[in-house]
Amino acid sequence: MKSLKISIAALIGISGLFIGCQSGGQKKAASATGSDAASSVYVAPGEYDEFYAFMSGGFSGQLSVQGLPSGRVFKVIPVFSVDAEKGYGFNEETKPMLNTSHGFIPWDDAHHPELSQTDGVPDGRWCFINGNNTPRVARIDLKTFETTEILELPNSGGNHSSPFITENSEYIVAGTRFSVPIPQRNMPINLAKGNFKGALSFITANEPGNMTIKFQILVPGFDYDLAHSGKGKSHGWTFFTTYNTEEAHTLKEAYASQNDKDYIAAVNWKKAEEYLAAGNFTEMPAEYAHNYYDERTQSATSSMLKTVKVLDPAKCPGLIYYMPCPKSPHGIDVNPTGDYIVGAGKLSADLTVHSFDKMIAAIEGKQFDGDAYGIPVLKFDAVNIGTVSSGGLGPLHTEFDDKGNAYTSFFISSEVVKWKVGTWEVLDRVPCYYSVGHLMIPGGDSKKPWGKYMVAMNKITKDRYLPTGPEMCHSAQLYDISGEKMKLILDFPTMGEPHYAQGIHADVVKPNSQKIYRLDENEHPFACKKESEARVERDGKDVHVYMTMIRSHFAPDNISGLEVGDRVYFHVTNLEQDWDTPHGFSVLGANNSELLIMPGQTETLVWEPKKEGVWPFYCTDFCSALHQEMQGYLGVGAKGQGGELKWSLGD
Amino acid sequence: MKKITRAFFTLALGGMLFTGCNQPAGDNAETTESSAPEQDVSKGQSMVAASEGETPNILQVALGSPDHTTLVAAVQAAELEDVLVNAGPFTVFAPTNAAFDALPPGTVEDLVKPENKATLANIIKYHAAPGKYTGANIKGVMMIGQATGDKVVVEEKDGATYVNGAKILGTVEASNGVVHVIDGVLLPPAKN
Repeated sequence: MKSLKISIAALIGISGLFIGCQSGGQKKAASATGSDAASSVYVAPGEYDEFYAFMSGGFSGQLSVQGLPSGRVFKVIPVFSVDAEKGYGFNEETKPMLNTSHGFIPWDDAHHPELSQTDGVPDGRWCFINGNNTPRVARIDLKTFETTEILELPNSGGNHSSPFITENSEYIVAGTRFSVPIPQRNMPINLAKGNFKGALSFITANEPGNMTIKFQILVPGFDYDLAHSGKGKSHGWTFFTTYNTEEAHTLKEAYASQNDKDYIAAVNWKKAEEYLAAGNFTEMPAEYAHNYYDERTQSATSSMLKTVKVLDPAKCPGLIYYMPCPKSPHGIDVNPTGDYIVGAGKLSADLTVHSFDKMIAAIEGKQFDGDAYGIPVLKFDAVNIGTVSSGGLGPLHTEFDDKGNAYTSFFISSEVVKWKVGTWEVLDRVPCYYSVGHLMIPGGDSKKPWGKYMVAMNKITKDRYLPTGPEMCHSAQLYDISGEKMKLILDFPTMGEPHYAQGIHADVVKPNSQKIYRLDENEHPFACKKESEARVERDGKDVHVYMTMIRSHFAPDNISGLEVGDRVYFHVTNLEQDWDTPHGFSVLGANNSELLIMPGQTETLVWEPKKEGVWPFYCTDFCSALHQEMQGYLGVGAKGQGGELKWSLGD
Repeated sequence: MKKITRAFFTLALGGMLFTGCNQPAGDNAETTESSAPEQDVSKGQSMVAASEGETPNILQVALGSPDHTTLVAAVQAAELEDVLVNAGPFTVFAPTNAAFDALPPGTVEDLVKPENKATLANIIKYHAAPGKYTGANIKGVMMIGQATGDKVVVEEKDGATYVNGAKILGTVEASNGVVHVIDGVLLPPAKN
C-alpha cells in the first residue's frame, strides 16, 4: 500500500510535466498530415464537394449531411428527434412521425445510415437509418432530404444490427441487440438464459409508404450486433454478428466474454420467402407503429399494426446457420465481390474471414459442429478461409476500396489497418486521433466503392479541437486512400455521435435534389394557395387560420376576436415558388415551436393563448429586404370576451 | 539487472521530457516553407495532457510507480503507451521490477532490442485484458481473455488472488480500468 501512495505522489509530479508541455503534443500531432494536405481537401468558394457523406448522429437521433473532402456540414436532418430548427415533431404535420406503441417518442439513438442500392451500387434514392433505443427504422428521401417514413419493430429490445440493405433494396434488416421475452411478459431476469429470444426482421425497403415487416425470424437470445447483406454470388443471404452467446443477463462486461467464439448468423432470406409463400409461418399478435409522411398532403399519418409474420427456424430447415467467429464480433462486412465475410472479433487481435463458397459447401456437406438451440453450427475450419493478423487491438469494422483492399478500424490500438483481400497480408497502418469506431469509404460496403477517401469516426476527442467544456464534438478524420499509403489529410467535427456513415458521389444525388414544393401539387387539406382565399374560421373553441406568406407579409396579418382558451390552428402556406425562399412563423407565447416553411409548403402550428392582450407574430427566417416588416398582430380577449372574429390585411 | 532497470527508467523519463517539450522544433517545422519530406512524427492519446483533479489512467499509474520502471520501459520499447490510455476499460496485471529481475539473466535486455519488439509487445499485451476484472467480478476460478487472444487463469486461493500462479500484491483503480500489481511476469503460450 505504501508504494501506491508513493505512486500517486510521483504521478502528480509527472502530471505537472504534462501540463507544462501541453501544446507540444498538439503541434506534433498536427504535423502528421502531409504537406500537400491543405490543397487536397480545399474546396474553393463556389465549388462543390465531390461526395456527400451521411453521418449518423447517434444520441442526437439525427443524420447529418456533410461534404467530402471538405467536411463541411450542409444539413442536419431530424429523424427520431424533434427539431426546433424546422419544427419537425412539433408541427401538426410531422408529430405522427414520432408515434410509437409506447406513445410519442421524440428522441432515439440513431446508429447506421444505409443508402438504397440498385444492383449492389448506391443509387441515391433514399437513406435508411435505425433507431436503437425504441426500436425503429426510418427512410430519408434524398430528393427532399427529409424523413418520410418510420416503422417501429416489435419483438426487439434494441435495434442495433440494422438497417444494412440487400443489393436491390429488397430489404433492410433489423436484428435485436438485447434479447427479451418474446412475446413480452414480466419474468425473473435471472432466468434470461434459454428464455429470452432475439428477432431478425426483414423489412421491405423498395416501396415508399409501404415499409412492411415481411417476416421475422425468432432466434436464440444472444445479442445481435451488426449485419451486412451478401452481394453478387452471396446475394440472398444476410449475415449478423452475435455476442453474449453466454446469454449473461448481468455484468456483461465480464460475463459475456467467456466463450472463445460467438457466432455469425447466416440467414438465407430467399429460403425465407419460400417458407413464407408456402404458409409456413405464424401470424403473431404485436403492436407497432407505421408512420408515413405523404408528400402530396404534406402530412404524416401514424397507424398501429397488430400482427407480424414470424418464422421458426426449427420448422424451416436451411433458413439459418451459425458460423463460429472468435471473441464477441462487432463488424460483419462482405467484400465487393461477395466472396468473403469478415468478422471483427472486438476482443480478439485478429480478423476472421469466412468464405461464402466454403459456407455453401459446408452446408451441403453437413459439416456441422453441433447446434445452438436447434440451429446448425458450421465447423469453423469448414467455413474459414483466412485470418488477418495485424497486431492491432480491438478490431471493429471493415470497409473496402475498388482495388481489392480492405480497411479495418481498431478501437484499442486507435488505428486503421489496410490489408489485401485474398492474401490477408497487412499493407499499411495509420493512427487515428483517438480510438476509431467505424470507417466509411464512399460506396465502401457496396459492390462498387469509390476508393478515394476514407473517413474514420473517432470516439474520443480530448485535445483535438479548441475545448468546449466537458462535452466536445466527436472527431472525424479524412484519409486519402488513392495511393499505396493512407494519408491523413483532414480533421473535421461531426454532429452527435456518428456510429457509421455512408458516402456517395455527388453526381448521383445532386441532380435529383428538389428545389421547391410545387403549389399546384400541394394537396394539404388546409392549404391556402391564394392570398385572396386567406381566412379565419371558428368551430367552437377551435379556430382555423388559413394563412399565406410571401415576401414580405402574411395574409391576414391582423386577427382579432380570439379568446383565452381557444385552440388556434395556424395553417400557413408559403406561396413562394422560388428556390431557397423559406419563411418562418412564430407566435409569442406558443408552447410548441416555431415553423420553417419551404416554398409551396403548408405547415400547421397550434397556439393556445394563455393571456389577454395583443400578441405579435412574425417571420423568423430572414427572407427579404423587408423581412423585419413581415409581422402581424393577434388580438386576444379574456375567456368569453373576445368579441367578433375579424381578420384583415392592409385595412 | 538493477542497473539496466534504472537506465531504462531514466530513459523513460527523459523521453517524456523530450517529447513533451518539443514545441520549438514543431514550430520551426510548421513555419518553414520548405517542402521537406513528410514525417510521421504523430503522437497518440498518451500525449494528451493530464489536468489536476482527473483520475490517472493506467499509463499514468504505471509511470508514477517506482516499482514498475521496468514495465514502463518495456511498454515504451513496445510502443504501447497509447493503448494503455485508451478508453478501455482494461485490466492490467503489472509485474513489479522484482518480478522482472527474477527472469533468467539477459531476458529483459534481449526483449527490449528493436528486433524483438513484436515479441515484447506480445508479452505486454498478454498482461492486459479488455474489461475490468476486479473485486466482485473475480469469482472462484475464471478465465480471462487477454489482448493477445490467449487466456489467463485467475483464481482465489487462501484469501489471495493469483493469475497464472502470480500473486496479486495490490490493486490500483485507474480512470480506464484497474491495475493489479503482481509478483511474476506472465509468459504467453507459444504461437504456432
